Amino acid sequence: MALLQNAGVLLEKELRAELRSRELVTTTVVFILMVVVLFSFTFDPTSVESRRFGPGMLWLAFLFAASLMLQPCFLREQVNDTLSALRLSVGDPFAILLAKVCANTLFLLLTELLLLPIFAVLYNVAIRDILPSLALVFFAGSVGVCVTGTAISAISAQARMRELLLPLLLLPLLTPVLIASTEATAALLAEDHVLRWDWLGFLLAFDVIFLTALWLFGEYLLEE
Amino acid sequence: MKKSVIAALAVMVLLGGAAYASFFVAPTERTMGTVQRIFYLHMPSAITAFAAFLVCFVANLLYVLKREQSWDWLGVSAAEVGLAFVSVVLVTGPIWAKPVWGIWWTWDARLTSTFVLWLLYVAYLLLRSMIEDPERRALLSAVFGIFAFLDVPLVYMSIRWWRTQHPQPVIFGGPGSGLAPAMWRVDLLSWVALMSLMALLVRYRYELEALRGKVDALRLVVSEREPREAEAQ
Repeated sequence: MALLQNAGVLLEKELRAELRSRELVTTTVVFILMVVVLFSFTFDPTSVESRRFGPGMLWLAFLFAASLMLQPCFLREQVNDTLSALRLSVGDPFAILLAKVCANTLFLLLTELLLLPIFAVLYNVAIRDILPSLALVFFAGSVGVCVTGTAISAISAQARMRELLLPLLLLPLLTPVLIASTEATAALLAEDHVLRWDWLGFLLAFDVIFLTALWLFGEYLLEE
Repeated sequence: MKKSVIAALAVMVLLGGAAYASFFVAPTERTMGTVQRIFYLHMPSAITAFAAFLVCFVANLLYVLKREQSWDWLGVSAAEVGLAFVSVVLVTGPIWAKPVWGIWWTWDARLTSTFVLWLLYVAYLLLRSMIEDPERRALLSAVFGIFAFLDVPLVYMSIRWWRTQHPQPVIFGGPGSGLAPAMWRVDLLSWVALMSLMALLVRYRYELEALRGKVDALRLVVSEREPREAEAQ
């Protein structure tokens, strides 16, 4: 219980920091928007083609955006060495990680929420009927991205060339998430709008496996 | 004679025997012809690489739990040697595929996941080169190694589900289903040879890493002593 309480307080801190600057979400939204527009030059963006390439493009954009968005997650704590303060004040270091995972997931989901209507309009795909299922897929996928991403961000923040290292370590790890969420999204955008439970289950399994790994090994990432 | 020299000679004999067997003892495959002989290098290398990554994973786990430098040395040695063997797999695969399938590469489950595996361990080694402090390097790379190893089966499963649901550009007719007994024997021999080569290389690499660790520790002692001596003078 203390873990959840601590994580809750820390989550509030993360959210408040973001609410004050609003830097992270704004920049990420603009970045994804840019990728979506640039991608339209690489294929013929008709409705049929968009359904084929759209989901993959969207998820690739989310993955790249996440690997940028996760950069300041631990770097921010280094400026005034606030991570040591956090570690001293919180009993279980997993609470720090859990709060950061939740905050990053919320930020990523928010950017996705802001971008989805724009994507639907620009690429001419109807999403109104499938919104609940789509939300489910986006949630499961984003949790997977942010659980692994937060761990990798904690690693890369302590290394040289961290800006390059984060995507380098994170993107190959996220191969399964990319495949599963792209396939699930593509099935939802297809003519018959099916929710692929197998891919959704796969995403949830990925989330559970890496959340457990983070719980078991995460504390070592925050050591002095 | 030194033990390591004997071991090296034994591995060389084994490798020579395996090479001889794959060229002259194993029967020529009926449809694929001589090019199929690369199989005796290809598949044993793949299994050897997986064995090396398993060693790396266990070493990573033990480092995290016990914090003994030697586990870190074993981890990096196994990862590097495993990467070399995966590289052999990725190079011999296309050489075999071109005459048999007519293309160098197909985005099939096994090929693609091997490629991702290669990328993951390249990332592991790159991460190590980006951290100076030996203890921090050991700990962080060990945790990444654990994450990477957990990811491998997920990568394979996701790619397999995804590709089997799409029409295949080429049929992956691996020879695993109907290998002649003579072929199996040669395959087994070359597997044993490559495994012992792997063990030998990991051992050499481990000794090198141990020396490096000792040199680093000595350098630290010297750098701590120097300013004091300068002051004394």
